[in-house]
Amino acid sequence: MIKIDDYIPIVGQSTIDEIRMLAAKMAGRRVQHINSTAVGGGVAEILNRMVPLLNEVGVNAGWDLIKGGENFYSVTKKFHNALHGRREAIDQRDFDIFMETSRENIAKLDISGDIVFVHDPQPIALVEKKKGNKWLWRCHIDVSNPNQKVWGFLMDFIVKYDSAVFSAPGFSQRLPIRQFLISPSIDPLSDKNKELPQEVIDGVLRKYEIVRDKPIITQISRFDYLKDPLGVIDVYSQVKRYIDCQLILAGGTASDDPEGQKVLDEVMEKAAGDKDIHILLLPQNDIEVNALQRASDIIIQKSIKEGFGLTVAEALWKAKPVVASSVGGISLQIKHKYSGLLCHSIEGAAFALKQLLHSPDYAKKLGENGREHIKNNFLLTRHIKEYILLFLSLYHPEDVVNL
Amino acid sequence: MPPSGAQAPFVFYASSHISELTGLRASTLGQLLELIREVPGSSIYHHTHRFLQQHQYLSPEPPNDFSYWVSDVLGEDELGEKLASIDTMQFLTIRSLREKIASTIEKYLEDNPLAKLRFSRSEEEFHFIKSVSFVFPTNYVAHDLDEFIQALKKVTIDSIYFHIFEARLRLEKQVNDFSNWIGSAIGDKGLADKISRLDPYTHTLEDLRNKIISLIQKRSP
Repeated sequence: MIKIDDYIPIVGQSTIDEIRMLAAKMAGRRVQHINSTAVGGGVAEILNRMVPLLNEVGVNAGWDLIKGGENFYSVTKKFHNALHGRREAIDQRDFDIFMETSRENIAKLDISGDIVFVHDPQPIALVEKKKGNKWLWRCHIDVSNPNQKVWGFLMDFIVKYDSAVFSAPGFSQRLPIRQFLISPSIDPLSDKNKELPQEVIDGVLRKYEIVRDKPIITQISRFDYLKDPLGVIDVYSQVKRYIDCQLILAGGTASDDPEGQKVLDEVMEKAAGDKDIHILLLPQNDIEVNALQRASDIIIQKSIKEGFGLTVAEALWKAKPVVASSVGGISLQIKHKYSGLLCHSIEGAAFALKQLLHSPDYAKKLGENGREHIKNNFLLTRHIKEYILLFLSLYHPEDVVNL
Repeated sequence: MPPSGAQAPFVFYASSHISELTGLRASTLGQLLELIREVPGSSIYHHTHRFLQQHQYLSPEPPNDFSYWVSDVLGEDELGEKLASIDTMQFLTIRSLREKIASTIEKYLEDNPLAKLRFSRSEEEFHFIKSVSFVFPTNYVAHDLDEFIQALKKVTIDSIYFHIFEARLRLEKQVNDFSNWIGSAIGDKGLADKISRLDPYTHTLEDLRNKIISLIQKRSP
């Protein structure tokens, strides 16, 4: 079990002291996290690590789950897609199914927190149980261009919360309640991000028959149109005309996502015949992802849309130069020309890659700056500190709070 | 050398920040100007100081969000340079700093009417954010300059940031806390003056730490 003090060698003693000091201001108050799943997905991943650490530093934190059937989750999946701006046919029956399950959860779930911290839309209606305690709604998804029917439906609940939290400024909306910006984080001690011995990295390359005889460009992502793996192959092809290099496209596909297999098939077809393109299916193998990122010369993230895009933070944490699309939370992680290169097109990405491959010192500097930026702003310890400040803000409406 | 013992101890404070979204956004210089005039002072403070903590390994640029956005998103490099070179040290209040930023943009728009036609892409709009600060005492206390140096070596950069930037401008104390204490409680006006004449906006916070320690160590008799 990872302890908060295990982070001291990375972020320093004083940062951990500060977290403990702020946590002490939460004495006597209980925080109750509520979401819809204990495993799978980014929210569960972060809560699994965060809740024990919050308790260790002195914040009394618990975590409860709502229950729902297949119909409920297929409706919330439709909501999720619609909030991301995708076209979805949503009718009154969907809202009825959502409310029916919500009413069951309102009746059954014991609300004991002084602060109730609700994650994402699935449990949003629980706020109907609000009675003198404080309620936070944490939106983990990109709602910069939401389906108005679904957003309007959720707004009836959102306005009853004390504050809302979004991951990027572009996701904020005009709301009658306070809204905060808190970015997600990576855990530097997780399998995906911890330091790896060189032999582990070499072992993974051997396993996938990748030889480091030419620069390696890598994109780690699900096989999903929104991650644009086909566009990445076009980028690689443009670079390859001038610089002999190889491309790794590595990621998983969700078993319940028929589109994922279709994308993978198209990628395989497009890459066929080029032995320098390595397509690797790696569902949930964090050590291998870590090793591939560390073995790469440049990481690319050419997404068309991103919730936040934490693969960029993972790469920068490993001091890798990154070329990425300026979408979602990526522009928070990369300041163009300071800590990576942002692009808006296939041609732009190819140009940026050529620049970096031709200027290794510049590429190295971008990677080093990137690692510092992630260390200061996107590690789990910053996330814990900001959550504690968020809790304290519920009791302090002013802009300068003397604790 | 003036006595290094203090009439009153120096308690090191630190501040932690959380960003509050205002929901206000600009996609043109005209909108930016209008909103700069009406957003809370905490938002002007956020956009002129955020970089100091978030990008503290970069010295000395980029100094503020307005300059970065005007140059990198709208492509108005000349205005970006003007905004970047506003000497924040010359302003004692957020109000006066806000006025300087607004008048710089206004003057530029008068001289360059075509700049009004520039639009950002929707993903690159300027989002106004407020900084909410939580100020708290640390465990470090100094009774003389030797203890002060020892503490200064150990406190977080957030503490240095608070005493140098936030105390002077946001809390409107007009001079940084270190100079204030060294001048009044220690009685070394010369050293206090040297520290207050540092331009902290052109150093990283770690550089600033080392520079102040060095000035104290080299203090003249």
